[in-house]
Amino acid sequence: MNEAFFDKKEYKPLDRVDGRLKVTGAAQYSAEYPLPNMAYAVLVGSRIAKGTIKSIDTKAAERAPGVLAVISHMNAIKVPGYQPKGEHPSEPSTNGQPLRVFFDNKIYSNDQPIVAVVAVSLEKAQHGASLVKVQYNKEQHQTDLEANAKAAKLPEAAKKNPKSPTADYDRGQKDAFENSAVKIEAEYVLPTEMHNPMELQAIIAHWEADDKLTVYDKVQGTKMTQKNFAKEWNLPEENVKCITTFVGGAFGNGLHNWPHETAAIIAAKQVKRPVKLVLTREQMFTMVGYRPRTWQKIQMGATQDGKLVAINHESIGQTSTYEEFTESTLQQTRMMYASPNVSTRYRILPLNVATPIWMRGPGEATGAFGLESAMDEMAHVIGMDPIDFRLANYTESDPDKKMPWSTKYMRECYEEGKKRIGWENRKLKPGEVRDGEWLVGYGMGTGTFGANRSSATVHAELNKEGNLIMHCAITDIGPGTGTAMVQIASNATGIPTEKITFHLGSSEFPNAGLQGGSSTVNSVGPAVLSACNALKEQLITMAAAKGNAAFNSAKADDLMFDKNELQLGGKSAKTTLADLFKQNNIEKIETTKESKPDENRTKYSMYAFSMHFAKVHVHPFTGQVRVKKIVCCADAGTIVSPKTAASQMIGGATGGIGMALTEDAVMDHRFGRYVTKDLADYHMPVHADVPDIDVYFVNKPDLLADPVGSKGLGEIAIIGVAPAIANAVFNATGKRIRELPITPDKLI
Amino acid sequence: MIQFQYERAATTKAAVSALVNSSNAKFIAGGTNLVDLMKRNITAPTKLVDINQVPLKDIQQQNGKISIGALALNSRVAEHKLIIEKHPLLSQALNAGASPQIRNMATVGGNMMQRTRCHYFYDTALPCNKREPGSGCGALEGLNRMHAVFGTSEQCIAVHPSDMCVALVALDATVLVAGPKGERRIPFEEFHRLPGKQPEKDNTLQNNEMIVSVEIPDNAFSKNSHYMKVRDRASYAFALVSVAAALNMDGKIIKEARLAMGGVAHKPWRLKEAEKALIGKTASEETFRQAAEIAMQGAKAYKYNAFKLKLGPNVIVEALKNAADLV
Repeated sequence: MNEAFFDKKEYKPLDRVDGRLKVTGAAQYSAEYPLPNMAYAVLVGSRIAKGTIKSIDTKAAERAPGVLAVISHMNAIKVPGYQPKGEHPSEPSTNGQPLRVFFDNKIYSNDQPIVAVVAVSLEKAQHGASLVKVQYNKEQHQTDLEANAKAAKLPEAAKKNPKSPTADYDRGQKDAFENSAVKIEAEYVLPTEMHNPMELQAIIAHWEADDKLTVYDKVQGTKMTQKNFAKEWNLPEENVKCITTFVGGAFGNGLHNWPHETAAIIAAKQVKRPVKLVLTREQMFTMVGYRPRTWQKIQMGATQDGKLVAINHESIGQTSTYEEFTESTLQQTRMMYASPNVSTRYRILPLNVATPIWMRGPGEATGAFGLESAMDEMAHVIGMDPIDFRLANYTESDPDKKMPWSTKYMRECYEEGKKRIGWENRKLKPGEVRDGEWLVGYGMGTGTFGANRSSATVHAELNKEGNLIMHCAITDIGPGTGTAMVQIASNATGIPTEKITFHLGSSEFPNAGLQGGSSTVNSVGPAVLSACNALKEQLITMAAAKGNAAFNSAKADDLMFDKNELQLGGKSAKTTLADLFKQNNIEKIETTKESKPDENRTKYSMYAFSMHFAKVHVHPFTGQVRVKKIVCCADAGTIVSPKTAASQMIGGATGGIGMALTEDAVMDHRFGRYVTKDLADYHMPVHADVPDIDVYFVNKPDLLADPVGSKGLGEIAIIGVAPAIANAVFNATGKRIRELPITPDKLI
Repeated sequence: MIQFQYERAATTKAAVSALVNSSNAKFIAGGTNLVDLMKRNITAPTKLVDINQVPLKDIQQQNGKISIGALALNSRVAEHKLIIEKHPLLSQALNAGASPQIRNMATVGGNMMQRTRCHYFYDTALPCNKREPGSGCGALEGLNRMHAVFGTSEQCIAVHPSDMCVALVALDATVLVAGPKGERRIPFEEFHRLPGKQPEKDNTLQNNEMIVSVEIPDNAFSKNSHYMKVRDRASYAFALVSVAAALNMDGKIIKEARLAMGGVAHKPWRLKEAEKALIGKTASEETFRQAAEIAMQGAKAYKYNAFKLKLGPNVIVEALKNAADLV
């Protein structure tokens, strides 16, 4: 453990290191690499949800000016990874087989990509695509979760491994709920939600040689993409390059390699040109995953004085018929509160829809809507303040893993959140507070997410001008990864942030996992720290070897830069970097360092926590809800970049407003087709929906979790926001809305 | 590529004659709806006549009325001194629609000519009699939460999406149109039509006619009017229900009333019976509730829009309360 690290200067708010590039348009996104001889592909999607393709009439499209190829299962080249049949490589793996685009005539979901029209311009490809005529053999599809709930099943992973997080879980007595003094039982529904990042999913596929592939691809993992396409095309990994320098938001839909990517690669091979493929907004609803519609039921039992006795929590989430997508919907129910008796039942329901994928706060955000609504319902029935009820059931260790927490500072969050939202104005009885005609309500919801960490490697070089240049394959989907890493390096070395550069987003750089699961600062941050320390050790050795006695017993932690001068233990070491490099006749020093999770993970339970407070106004006659204020409190360990971290929280709260009030991908089950599938019909919050959002960080390091002390932030920013708003609506109106979103029609 | 001709017209006369002898030609001004429709293969005009240079942008006081040129931008009208002063209802309604960017492009004529936002109209994989006569109505037994409760037919239950038009129909506006045979005036209430057996027809404009201006007669409603729009988010969403309410008050007594609803019919829906019920009455929540009940007579709900039968009268009451300063 590296305690000394935190004795140094604290982290200050810093503007994004790439902010100027982004706002001036200089940042290059995946679709913005102007390769010579580019061709453009447009995908045609199926118009049925289940069946087979009878025929495809491509004549008109092929004859259209500028069209280079019309590619479907009829004429697509063989993808080596599709053979032998059955296994299509994919990381992270889902149970089942990802859709093999242009493989056969089978239709598994509506708007499944079935044809690519490739042309010399986007417009010509679009026109070509409009001319493709497809005939189908239609079969009866099933897309309705509630109507098919009886067919829900235990995931294969749980069947094979009873320790799988999706396996059935029981703690304590099975009849505890039945025997509880106070009981509530309720069902909750979260509709299908779409990630809808601003940047559309885009890829440029470029075969630089027959066996050498470069993709400029909007993904959340360059190494994942490199590995997947190397397997898919039977190439050595070093022959596949993935460039993802900038990502305009992703929220999870870049955590998988999708059929449109393979479609572009096939097309590039067939037309022997680089091929650019950008999904349309409508295709973003059907081809790159979504948060699955999920039904939940909670039974909660407590004593009259507010001690939880039992929680039984079950859920059914939808998946496709070809892959089993699972998420941690019920995990927090096992560990959040000191209930002696807990049972969880996680089920999935395969439907004729495309495969879902993790969406910000995956699973936990869905489960938190159930659990935190139920906590509010129980507090109301008992007649307790919902915060007091939670404090009465606070747990000082993890009752699920039966391990101590690495750190948990939720009490600080309750206190600060109460103060900032004005909780003292809340009345226990709903409907008691008014502002003019509007009903006023206060609510809160808790969130948690594992403080995940994976191994990561950073290359760092320090040159004689004092510039520190680092490289890592990690992507940045918007949280400000480069900024955070620059701040960690600056803090560790004393080198000013403007002299530090962090290059990311290429599979050519040293290994890193996905930017997902709130793991980037926890994983890459320690590698940055480790690389900085290794550079400092090199300098110490160099200085000592040249007879500078002060360095003889110095350690990396003792050494800092003050401008170009080296300092040991805060005092001048009477030498500069330039001198040292000159004495040793070198231009730069460099190192590559890997940092990995350690054995603390087997001894401690590691979670980040959040608590969201909402004040709402509800109009009693029109049913309109206006969120007037949100306070986000987070126990996320060390906050290495206060400004971008606060932005993360604000963005998460905004997403939570969407979950609570507006977002709903509505499907017409007669056709198995979405009807709200553009930004006009699928409502995400606009500025007018987003109030003042206040952010509070406990900002205490968790050095058991990782040497930076960070526990991750991206997910907990949204987890718990939707129930906070739903609970506030209940407090305002006395109406409990258990199916999101809370639109005006549900409140009148 | 789908080929189409593009030409510019600088006068009303030139614009109208550019349509004559050209099947499926369309005017384009702001293009905020038409371009979307073309991109989605919902409409494919053979010719676009750009009328942005026709001098029809003026907003002026004439004898007993205000005339607004068909090409006046939505944002200009909403912010115009004369409109704010004399017809604040219209200004409010305009500002309740779309987004500032769209209002900066969209024209008054274009706003009137915009097509429905029915989901089924916009997806060429789904049935829609308005887009493809005879293909069926997807919404009738489908997802019809946004759909009409007044004046529907078995052929179509779509709503007209405009806010501006709801205010204009309440304000007794008249539409001045020009055609090959000269000009004519259409009462605003008769400009848009009900779907009946021809849902593909949104309005009563004849072939080769062009909207020249909208005229609003002077009235005594400027002190007591209100446009209330209830929607799924605070801005940039179409109305679940909207109400334009205008009162001419003598103390607390209602001398004249105008009421219209949006989000409930294939056209901006004027509520004349409810208006009558308000005349001579004292402004109160009870009076307004009675008028709202009358307003909703004949409303017919479908599977997902029954809430409009309850929301509708509530919004009427709230709009009237705001108009009468009872809030």
